[in-house]
Amino acid sequence: MDLTTILAAGVASGTVLLFAAVGEIFAERAGVINLGVEGMMLIGAVVAFGTAVATGNPWLGLALGTMAGGLLSVLHAVITISFQAEQVVSGLALTFLGTGLARVLGEDLSKAGAIALLPTLTIPGLAALPVVGPIFFTDQSVLVYVGYAVVPIAWYWINRTRPGLHLRAVGESPTAADTLGVDVYRLRYTYVIVGGLFAGLAGATITLAISPGWFGDLTVNGQGWIAIAIVIFAQWGVGRAAVGAYAFAAIGRMLVDIQGPQELFGFPNPFYVNHTLTFFLGMVPYILIIVVLVVVSGEAIRKRIGAPAALGIHYVRGERGH
Amino acid sequence: MTTSAPARQPEGERVRLARTIRLERRLEVPRWLPVATTIGAIVVALVISGIILWFAGGDPIAIFVHILRSSFGSLGVLSDTLVTATPLILTGLACALAFRMRLWNIGAEGQFLMGAWGASAVLLIPIVPAGTPSIITIPLMMAAGMLAGGLYGAIPGILKAYRDVNEIIVTLMLNYIAAGWIAYWVFGPWSEAGFQLTAQFPKSAWLPRLSDFASSVPAFGGLTVHLGLIFGIVAAVVVRFLLFRSGRGYEIRLIGDSPRAARYAGINVARNTVIVFAMSGALAGLAGMSEVAGVVHRLQQAISPGYGFTAIIVAYIAKLHPYGVIIAAIAFGALILAGREIQPSGIPAMIQGIILFCLIASEVVLRYRVRIERRAA
Amino acid sequence: MSAVPAAAPPLAVAMRGIVKRFPGVVANDGVDFELGVGEIHALLGENGAGKSTLMNVLDGLYRPDAGEILVRGQRVEFRSPRDAIAAGLGMVHQHFALVPTQTVTENVLIGLDRPRFHIDIRRYDDKVAELAARHGLTVDPRARIWQLSVGEQQRVEILKMLYRGARILILDEPTAVLAPQEAQDLFRTLRSMVADGASVVFISHKLGEVAQIADRVTVMRRGTVTAAGVAIAGTTTAGLARLMVGRDVVETIERTPFVPGPVVLAMRDVEAESDRGLPALRGVSLEVRSGEILGVAGVAGNGQSELAQVLTGLRHCSRGSVTVNGAEIANRTPRDAISQHVAHVPEDRTGVGTAPNLSVADNLIMKTYRNAPVSRRWSIDTGAVRRFANRLRETYSIAAPTVDTEARLLSGGNLQRLILAREIESNPRLMVAVQPTRGLDVGAIVTVHRLLLDQRQAGSATILISEDLDEILALADRIAVLYEGRLVGLFSAAEADVAEIGLRMTGGTASSPAEPDAATQAVS
Repeated sequence: MDLTTILAAGVASGTVLLFAAVGEIFAERAGVINLGVEGMMLIGAVVAFGTAVATGNPWLGLALGTMAGGLLSVLHAVITISFQAEQVVSGLALTFLGTGLARVLGEDLSKAGAIALLPTLTIPGLAALPVVGPIFFTDQSVLVYVGYAVVPIAWYWINRTRPGLHLRAVGESPTAADTLGVDVYRLRYTYVIVGGLFAGLAGATITLAISPGWFGDLTVNGQGWIAIAIVIFAQWGVGRAAVGAYAFAAIGRMLVDIQGPQELFGFPNPFYVNHTLTFFLGMVPYILIIVVLVVVSGEAIRKRIGAPAALGIHYVRGERGH
Repeated sequence: MTTSAPARQPEGERVRLARTIRLERRLEVPRWLPVATTIGAIVVALVISGIILWFAGGDPIAIFVHILRSSFGSLGVLSDTLVTATPLILTGLACALAFRMRLWNIGAEGQFLMGAWGASAVLLIPIVPAGTPSIITIPLMMAAGMLAGGLYGAIPGILKAYRDVNEIIVTLMLNYIAAGWIAYWVFGPWSEAGFQLTAQFPKSAWLPRLSDFASSVPAFGGLTVHLGLIFGIVAAVVVRFLLFRSGRGYEIRLIGDSPRAARYAGINVARNTVIVFAMSGALAGLAGMSEVAGVVHRLQQAISPGYGFTAIIVAYIAKLHPYGVIIAAIAFGALILAGREIQPSGIPAMIQGIILFCLIASEVVLRYRVRIERRAA
Repeated sequence: MSAVPAAAPPLAVAMRGIVKRFPGVVANDGVDFELGVGEIHALLGENGAGKSTLMNVLDGLYRPDAGEILVRGQRVEFRSPRDAIAAGLGMVHQHFALVPTQTVTENVLIGLDRPRFHIDIRRYDDKVAELAARHGLTVDPRARIWQLSVGEQQRVEILKMLYRGARILILDEPTAVLAPQEAQDLFRTLRSMVADGASVVFISHKLGEVAQIADRVTVMRRGTVTAAGVAIAGTTTAGLARLMVGRDVVETIERTPFVPGPVVLAMRDVEAESDRGLPALRGVSLEVRSGEILGVAGVAGNGQSELAQVLTGLRHCSRGSVTVNGAEIANRTPRDAISQHVAHVPEDRTGVGTAPNLSVADNLIMKTYRNAPVSRRWSIDTGAVRRFANRLRETYSIAAPTVDTEARLLSGGNLQRLILAREIESNPRLMVAVQPTRGLDVGAIVTVHRLLLDQRQAGSATILISEDLDEILALADRIAVLYEGRLVGLFSAAEADVAEIGLRMTGGTASSPAEPDAATQAVS
């Protein structure tokens, strides 16, 4: 139950949630909700791992896993944007498809041996910083550092650039954007696919860096849904999503560590004594998500903020009648 | 979405006719079209699945024939199909009812589990002493199952109604929580001899089966169709009546179409949200009870191969109509049953995803129609 | 028909033979339209005549099914509004295309190629401020759109077009959301732009305005042109009206004398907030008697929506009381208001007043499904529902193939007949009608007015909230003016003076020089 270890592990596994959440933020800011994140992460995970096993090259695995997520999201984009189907249902269908496909592709992978992982890094100067050094800059996978970079870049893109202005406009008022010549369809397609790429990346991060190995559905085990919840918690802001991702992962690690020792803060550890109680520990992350959503919804009601106005709504140009 | 613009012709030359294909918003939908598109979508989905199976090295035709034979080929397997379909009917109704009000109940799986738990609790706490006859035990288990499922369903309902919390995430999280809950009881207090399941239920807690009457009707020998099927059919009739012949059903349909109009009409949307979610949960809970009392006869971890999720597709295929749910549930019961033997094991889930995709993609046909016209260039 | 210009001055825009079809209707049927340089050209017609469609074709939003467009003599084919903007055209729509959560400057910048990537927002704030000052369109570039008044938002729309160098400006019913004084400001701005060499198309259905602002007018009716590019000087109001509608029309409203009955509605010191948490009603007190129509005039955004919502239980009020026949309905539920026989014809026909995918019958029983004869003890009597629906369909001439037809297939006028049928059948003591004739054709408008007057005859109290001053002048026994959440004027019909009312609608400070001609009766 060492705090530094917990936080460092939190940052590491939190990177998975971060990638998935940032991808979903892009898609939802453009007005398209993609509930297929779990399925896309599974596909990314299995393709990345399988490629690494087959070729021995984790970088290739990373690339293909990321692309696999993007490819799957194209389906969602076509069906919801061009065919104007219900976004929620399409996302669920994508989850089914991704889950099933991943099971099929990963059929023999659980028996695969160890693979070469992506390298981990320790940054010399920064690692020596008090408190933050050992957590953020010591012995973390390259992908974690990529995660650090993604946050400010994504923020800058969304809030300070012309493409970001258009992204926000399309998610809030597609009619306004369309009238001014912004290609709403193309933008929505783009950002849905960006979301898919990030989800694939998140899956690849699991199997190539954080918890290598293929364990069927358990490889991702609901993290896709948690990422979507984090997007709501973050009120569609990238910085807040990062905080949520790291914090949640740290809590998850803590719940695991709590089960080990015989004594906990001087008292006998109930989870050590009675192992069935650990099932309740397993529930905590999910209960936590619900609590967080309730708290955030109260805030949203009070501050009258909320989701991008056009989220989940089709855009059809030239629809007559207002 | 138009394609091709006619080319300009210099004056004096013969005017060429160009054909343009255009998608035009439909004004009215012929009554037969939704059924036709549903069937068409399923056919397309099966074809796509067949192609994928072929790539995976299987023989699609043989597999499909095998599925049909092992689901409908004889009275015995037909009975097995109906047994698998029974929980699907109830969970399908649960989803259909909720979706009618645009409440995305993805938690039918968790509500199913809680219903199973509630029904088991009657016997395992125990709430009734050991020798109680069926006539008391069974209705009590039904009530407990529906109550547990209903309360569990009310949770997302209340959160949605009064705090507008996204019910998709909440119900999903509750699924995981329910699984953990069951695991605790099955590994812990109710564990039988340290194994990961409970003691078998006494015969008084078993739902009657057709095979129970084999002595009077020999043809019923070995048929495991149980009373749960009747629950499902009765529930479908009740839900249909509720939706189309009752004031509450009118409110549900109105809210589902336009929550703002419903509020304007004086309908209490928040209260209806809770009530409908609770009803949905109760139906799924009853499914759980029917499964443990009719098939498994004990509580254990693996009592659902994803009934709560397949129910979503069942509801969708049925276009949210209660009677359609029965038909779709039987079809998917067949798929699940046969799917147990298909390798690799992810194929049935994939097929379900493909079917759902094709279904929602096919709805574009209901919104637009193709118009081919000839125009002078 | 239009003459082929031989040695005519250059045309800013020429549209020839434009055809545009939508499912079930031909919106433009072989339309010709010409806009000269440096002129204000009015496009006149009633709702549904095809004027907006024609201009949407010009602006690149719609592709015409046939016909050609020339801008400054060059043939053009716009694939999107972006192409139109590049050619120097800019359109300001009735429903603003603005992103509420973004600032003025951000809205102006959407769709542009500059800045290429990084946005230095301060620099562009200054640019927008300078452009605004140059044209006399005062607005704060850093304000977010939702914080602005409707008039200010319109200025942003115009700024967007000017920023893009538009020399041909198309305005779709711009004064629908403006008070008379604000409309005068707009006219002044337009005249100065035109003197500068720009050309303006001014879409309207109001004869009075057209007579005031336009140089030439083109009249459309049912998708065709009935008068092309006629100089305003040579026209008469009656003549234009006939061209608009095809017959001699002025709606003659016969109002029986006002015999006031007992007070039905009493509002005292009502205060309420808008959705944004800003004060919307600041102490409103009024009374409506049975047999009376009280018209509430005002420009959009001054508390009208909130007023209607408080009266019908759809909005909480922080202070004050609202009683109907003595029963308190403030801060109760909509159902309580309904049970006190408060009928509501809402602003939003399609989003609130009806459920689009439910049948006509289902929509008609929205207020009565809990009562006999539709409802029996445990169930709804479907036979009774059909009989009820068919009777209403007949009585109120709701044009629908059957009562099972889905509501979204009905035209605006028929939807409004449906809503009125339903509300009137509930035997209202108080009728709250908000913008009841917005977007309707003349036939439907006449029907709606007649139904409201019939209710008045029958003893209902009616509160008519409308942005159409002409409608209020025609129907109301007393007129109240709502400005920034307060009632700033109360007139009886006899003493109503358009100038005075218009003044109150914008805050009633100094009087302004030019008023619209009160004697001109617009065809409503």
